[in-house]
Amino acid sequence: MADHDFEPEIIVFACHYCAYAAADLAGSMRLQYPTNIRMIKLPCTGKLEIIHLLKALEAGADGVYAAGCMEGECHYLKGNLWARKRVEYAKTLLVELGIEPERVEMYNMSSAMGARFAEVANEFTERIRQLGPSPLRGDGAALDVVPATVAATAEEGQPT
Amino acid sequence: MSTGTPAKSTGAALVLGGGVAGIQCSLDLAEGGYKVYLVDKSSALGGHMAQLDKTFPTNDCSMCTLAPKLVEAGRHLNIDIVTNSELTALEGAPGNFTATVYHHARFVDPDKCTSCGECVPVCPITVDDQYNEGLGERKAIYKLYPQAIPHTYVVDKKGYAPCKSNCPVETSAQGYIALIAEGRFADAYRVAAEPNPFPSVCGRICAHPCEAACTRGSVDEPISIAGLKRFVCDTAGPTELPDKLPVTQSEKVAIVGGGPAGLSCARDLAQLGYATTVFEALPVAGGMLRVGIPDHRLPHDVLQKEIDQIVGLGVDLRLNQRAGVDFTVDGLQKDGYSAVFVATGLQTSAPSPVKGDDLDGCLPAVEFLRELNLGNPPVIGDRVVVIGGGDVAFDTARGAARLTPASSKAPAVTIAYRRTRAEMPASAEEIDEGLDEQVKIEYLVAPVEIIGSGGKVSAIKLQRCKLGEPDEKGRRRPEPIPDAYFEIPCDTVIFAIGQAIVEDFRSGLDGVAVEGNAVTIDEQTMATGHSGVFAGGDVAPTGPLTAIEAIAAGRKAAANIHNYLRGEQLVSLWTDSLAEYRPGDAELAKVTVEPRVHMPEHDGAERRRNWVEVRTGYTEEQAIAEAKRCLQCAVCSECMECVRACGPGALLHEERDSERQLAVGAVVMATGFDAHDPGEHGEYGYRRYPNVLSALEYERMLSASGPTIGDVLRPSDDAHPKRIAFIQCVGSRDQDHEYCSSVCCMYANKQALLTMDHLPDVTPEVFLMDMRAMGKGFDAFYQRALDRGVKFIRSRPSTIKEDPLSRNLSIDWEDESGHLHTSEYDFVVLSVGLEPARKAQEAAGKLGVALNRHGFCELREYAPLDTSREGVFVVGPFGEPKDIPDSVAQASAAAAKVMTGLADSRGTLTVDKEYPAETPMEEEPRVGVFVCHCGSNIAGVIDVESVTDYATKLPGVVYATDNMYTCSSDALTLIKEKIVEEKLNRVVVASCTPRTHEPIFQDTLREAGLNPFLFEMANIRDQASWVHAKEPERATAKAKDLVRMSVARARMLEPLYKVDVPLTHAAVVIGGGIAGMTAALALGDMGYEVHLVERTATLGGHVLEIDRTLRGSKPAEFVAELEQRLVDNPNVKIHLESELRDFQGFIGNFSSVVVAADGKRTPIEHGVVIVATGAREERPTLYGLGASQKVVTGMDLEKMFAADDPALAAAKSVGFILCAGSLDDNKPYCSRTCCAQSIKNAIRLKQAQPDRPVYVWYKEIRTFGLSEEYYTKARELGVIFTRYDNDSLPDVSADGALKVGYRDPYVGRDMEVAPDLLVLATPTIPSEGNDKTSLLLKVPLTAEGFFLEAHVKLRPVDFSSEGIFLCGSAHYPKGIEEAISQAYAAAGRAASILAKPALKAGGVVAEVDQEKCAACLTCVRVCPYEVPIIDVATKKAKIEAAACQGCGVCVAECPAKAIVLHHYTDAQIFAKEEALTMELS
Repeated sequence: MADHDFEPEIIVFACHYCAYAAADLAGSMRLQYPTNIRMIKLPCTGKLEIIHLLKALEAGADGVYAAGCMEGECHYLKGNLWARKRVEYAKTLLVELGIEPERVEMYNMSSAMGARFAEVANEFTERIRQLGPSPLRGDGAALDVVPATVAATAEEGQPT
Repeated sequence: MSTGTPAKSTGAALVLGGGVAGIQCSLDLAEGGYKVYLVDKSSALGGHMAQLDKTFPTNDCSMCTLAPKLVEAGRHLNIDIVTNSELTALEGAPGNFTATVYHHARFVDPDKCTSCGECVPVCPITVDDQYNEGLGERKAIYKLYPQAIPHTYVVDKKGYAPCKSNCPVETSAQGYIALIAEGRFADAYRVAAEPNPFPSVCGRICAHPCEAACTRGSVDEPISIAGLKRFVCDTAGPTELPDKLPVTQSEKVAIVGGGPAGLSCARDLAQLGYATTVFEALPVAGGMLRVGIPDHRLPHDVLQKEIDQIVGLGVDLRLNQRAGVDFTVDGLQKDGYSAVFVATGLQTSAPSPVKGDDLDGCLPAVEFLRELNLGNPPVIGDRVVVIGGGDVAFDTARGAARLTPASSKAPAVTIAYRRTRAEMPASAEEIDEGLDEQVKIEYLVAPVEIIGSGGKVSAIKLQRCKLGEPDEKGRRRPEPIPDAYFEIPCDTVIFAIGQAIVEDFRSGLDGVAVEGNAVTIDEQTMATGHSGVFAGGDVAPTGPLTAIEAIAAGRKAAANIHNYLRGEQLVSLWTDSLAEYRPGDAELAKVTVEPRVHMPEHDGAERRRNWVEVRTGYTEEQAIAEAKRCLQCAVCSECMECVRACGPGALLHEERDSERQLAVGAVVMATGFDAHDPGEHGEYGYRRYPNVLSALEYERMLSASGPTIGDVLRPSDDAHPKRIAFIQCVGSRDQDHEYCSSVCCMYANKQALLTMDHLPDVTPEVFLMDMRAMGKGFDAFYQRALDRGVKFIRSRPSTIKEDPLSRNLSIDWEDESGHLHTSEYDFVVLSVGLEPARKAQEAAGKLGVALNRHGFCELREYAPLDTSREGVFVVGPFGEPKDIPDSVAQASAAAAKVMTGLADSRGTLTVDKEYPAETPMEEEPRVGVFVCHCGSNIAGVIDVESVTDYATKLPGVVYATDNMYTCSSDALTLIKEKIVEEKLNRVVVASCTPRTHEPIFQDTLREAGLNPFLFEMANIRDQASWVHAKEPERATAKAKDLVRMSVARARMLEPLYKVDVPLTHAAVVIGGGIAGMTAALALGDMGYEVHLVERTATLGGHVLEIDRTLRGSKPAEFVAELEQRLVDNPNVKIHLESELRDFQGFIGNFSSVVVAADGKRTPIEHGVVIVATGAREERPTLYGLGASQKVVTGMDLEKMFAADDPALAAAKSVGFILCAGSLDDNKPYCSRTCCAQSIKNAIRLKQAQPDRPVYVWYKEIRTFGLSEEYYTKARELGVIFTRYDNDSLPDVSADGALKVGYRDPYVGRDMEVAPDLLVLATPTIPSEGNDKTSLLLKVPLTAEGFFLEAHVKLRPVDFSSEGIFLCGSAHYPKGIEEAISQAYAAAGRAASILAKPALKAGGVVAEVDQEKCAACLTCVRVCPYEVPIIDVATKKAKIEAAACQGCGVCVAECPAKAIVLHHYTDAQIFAKEEALTMELS
């Protein structure tokens, strides 16, 4: 399934204090990672709403993830825990829609973890590359393409 | 507060030390209305905390918690950050000091540096990175760490390297050597040639004083500095003539003499824009370089190339022009030359003093060499004797040796010299090469007579000499030995014994005084007595100079001629040199011996037959190898590569150290600590064994931003270690450190846990004496380590041995029962202690601040912040080793101390920035986009022009441009102009990170009358060009996307306003113990109204139960004094037998009711609350407590002391059980104070009756910090300490005779004693009523029932609800000094709010849409700060802007979508998302 020419579009929601700072540190350390991610800064991942995750996919992103502080280290105490909960919920919605839930994810990192930021960017980009383009991509023809997971299920159901 | 009457004190403070404590203190003071000078010795703030990976006991990321504070301090208008500086003197009195601050030059202008870092890759100097504890490397120009504040670079320049300071033209030899080592030959050539127009020449014949001074010479051999210069000139010298320089000055200058002095002067004058003419007497230029040195040493074409380079600049060289014959100086001046430089040299030999020198065959050396070099070799015989010992003698001798007639063998040449080789002025190379060429040298001989035959020389008569006393120059004088004559047969004698001025020059120099062989000049200006006439080189002031000295003279003359002609415009050369710096002996001892790479040369016998250059020059490999031997003495070499790379022109290499006087009212020393250097402990092998690391080094290794990016690697082989040991108390609790460093147990615990995160297979082992987990949450942290399997071994190993092959380490240790073990590890971390910072001790000495016997700052009892000098306070580990929260609390406390002392000058020196009113904006978005090159940081990868061009096409964009540095002041001015001209109402900057730069641009918007929230940044550097350097096209595409997304969001931005919310300048303090009393008094002294609410009928709390303190004073006396001051303070209202009720409101605007015992209700409006409700001693039913009168608690014992209870004197033996009911499942935490209190009483009992046995049974002895000395003292007095644990509790039988059974682990036996008194150190437990207070104020409690602060490390006395603070044992069990410290801290934090006339509220805060709100309480439930309330009147949710922290959790959770977080609205986020794949039409 992996299409190595496929360059996914990925949106990252990062909190101001940790993940955004980690991304900056990755820059200071000149760590190289794929160009596919586009970051949107939030004060805290606690502000990240499910609608923002879904909207990202609807707007044409092939994947979207949230990057917040380490658990227990949120600058707003528990915002990242709320975010994780919402990301998990968004996954269940995607499953219902027949979209791979792996297209959304939650990561935690501290502001000193520049290397971890780059690693996540690599990891997630590769994950989406493997999944291929989002079924929601294109000119409004949502779900015209049968999602990989759905297609696989259908094939399994075929008589041999 | 300004009351109209002029303030008596100065409303400013100096905070020394920019670590976390110094930063906190500065922030509190600045917020509290004071101007702050935050002075730090290093180039950036952060101190040790910036080096830490994680902090205990929460394992929070250290940088995450520190960085926001750094940024806040960096931005604060009233904090002046003074880095690279030391406090050197403090004069005046408290309230009005004058502080002298010595500033070490930074060499970078912080106002111009944009932190783009272009300077770093070009810098050729690499040194150990001290921020990474030497585990990594950095350049000589560097930023301390990526997040450093100030956000600017600094040059590590220790002075001038010896090579530079000993070079007459101050060549940055270390610079070109470093560049050669990197293979950057063209850059190296530039460095070599810039100060010296004859680098190729000097690369060959220079006397190289640099090499004599070279530090490497004291290790093995000096660097071949001249040889490397020759290499780089031969390899990278110019191959073409330079462009002629434009003449920009109206005056003409004449130079008499075309030697090195004259031509150097000519070059500099040409570069300064003068039309310059050089008059040379000979048919060739170059002076002695040309006619004094034969080809075999300096080929004429090498010299000619460099002369051509000078002439090529436009210098008019006129040959065959003889002074005094063809022209005169007067004549030149008449011809319009405004200045004349006389550099004619000494063109004749000094007359010989020997009889017979008129014989045929006697020659003067200068003339001999001149004729030889002009191509007319003089006729000489087969046997030549040269008299002299300088370079001229050798050039003559070696030249003569080469004058081999075609028919005969080469002549035999002898040099006759009066002294020995050691005194010979000729260079060692000349001597060695001469000897190689079979030149014979007769030492210790003086010529007596030249013997002739037939008018021709036939022999020379010489007299043997011996060395006598040194002469005035320090050279030993030759003394002829009587009658020791001998003859050398010869046919030519050449005298090389000195040079002289040519007689007919004198007539050409009318008006110029000549004395002997020298023109008289002023040595400073090089001016002769004749106006406009200067002189230098061999001709002035003293006889023969080396080539490099002549060049220096010429260059200095040019600078002085320029000064003379320009008058006011001074050019200075070598007048502002830095002091010489070379590494110390300790550093040199580490250098591996590696002899010099010798330059190859032709065979001696071979070469004496030709004129080919003797030495062949280095190959590239040889040159690089030799260059790498350089020790980089001064770190920065002044190669000036950074200057060339720096776009904004921020380098200031000419900066020098300076001093500054600051008027301040108080000083706070937050000077931190020095980590103990375990190198002093030879037995642990630190520095000798690569796999033994200090804890600070290990911390850097654990850090994700450290040198190994968080990978734990054995330094010896970069393998992952399998067995790691930690050794505690290295530099603590030993003979040299009679104190406990308080933090090492916990940081080792942390490092052990982190090790397991990094290396899951490793089980760390910790060697310790006691586990000092005496702080809040520490025991739970220790338990976590135990639960995860960290092995704690109670032993103090004495040595570590290394297996030299495997580099593994073995530790011998003795267990608690005395058995010996040996364990092998492959990695050992030494938990180094905290020592008083040496720099702080120096500062203390200068300030007159007394130190205690440990070297820490001496502090008075009950005054834990006051030094011996009034008005100077101390916080953090300089007072006593302590952890971050205690230091941070002290920082706020010191701020409070300053505020009480300077209450009358509050707000007198602080400033508020004034902005113009906002101009009304157009309705349609008009976006301006500014795309930054950041030098080449962005533009080197991303096509900035293309991004800019793209931006112009985006919807809403009316203007786009690119800037070299968008944050530079000219670009900021441009932004302001464009906002006005283009009526911009949204601004997007595509550059670096908003985390550092957004405030700068927002400020610019405000200055242009635009709301600061109409600004958006696209991070195309840190998150694009830097991380996609190898994919320029894709990085450019990404940058376009980011700009498009930013523009889309910008169009949706709305102006936001912060509004003033009125604030009640009054405080409520709950709890009248020592903490509450101290906090109330501090606020009262600052001039704020304070209500002190105490439940009981008296003030003082539990402290009154203590008879005497550790130091022996009675706390009751201190409490009485404190109470009197409270009563006397008109601002303080004491409410006894009262409770606080009906608390409501938000920060700055609370209202409560104080209800007295009689039911009287007093409503109070207040801006802040301080909780100081204390704690109490538990009385558990344990060990017979309550059953036997012989079993008492610690507080009972205090009462017995106070009452002088006869039972005390009667007790024949006394036992103490520590941790009675603590450190078990029931009370798993440490009560912190009881060890020291119990030991104090054990000492007291022992001292009263030294023969009385006193037993102490303990689980842990936690006499942290300086209280360790009481533990030591108790043991010295014979108090018997025995450890027990939860499996072997003492067995107390209290019915009838008191008996204590216990197990002695060392002898391994059960023992029993029968004390007459048993004292239990029972747990300190939370006050009754904490639950009620917690509910009333809506502030949280810990599981143990103490109050929970906002952040363990950084907000130790704050609650997460704004405006509510905490201090004393309500937080956790505290000693008296700690409670006082914290009380001041709470007061300081409270004052930073009360000092403001009003609160600012608004901006990025949540707001409820009243229409949509269903009052479902979701927001009330989810807000971590308990800000939302349901308004009683409207029955809708209400979020007070002043209290909202802006996290947005409520917004995301609100089911009705009734809450909006301003600046992060759905519309704004959606716009960004939708722009992701938007195509341009």
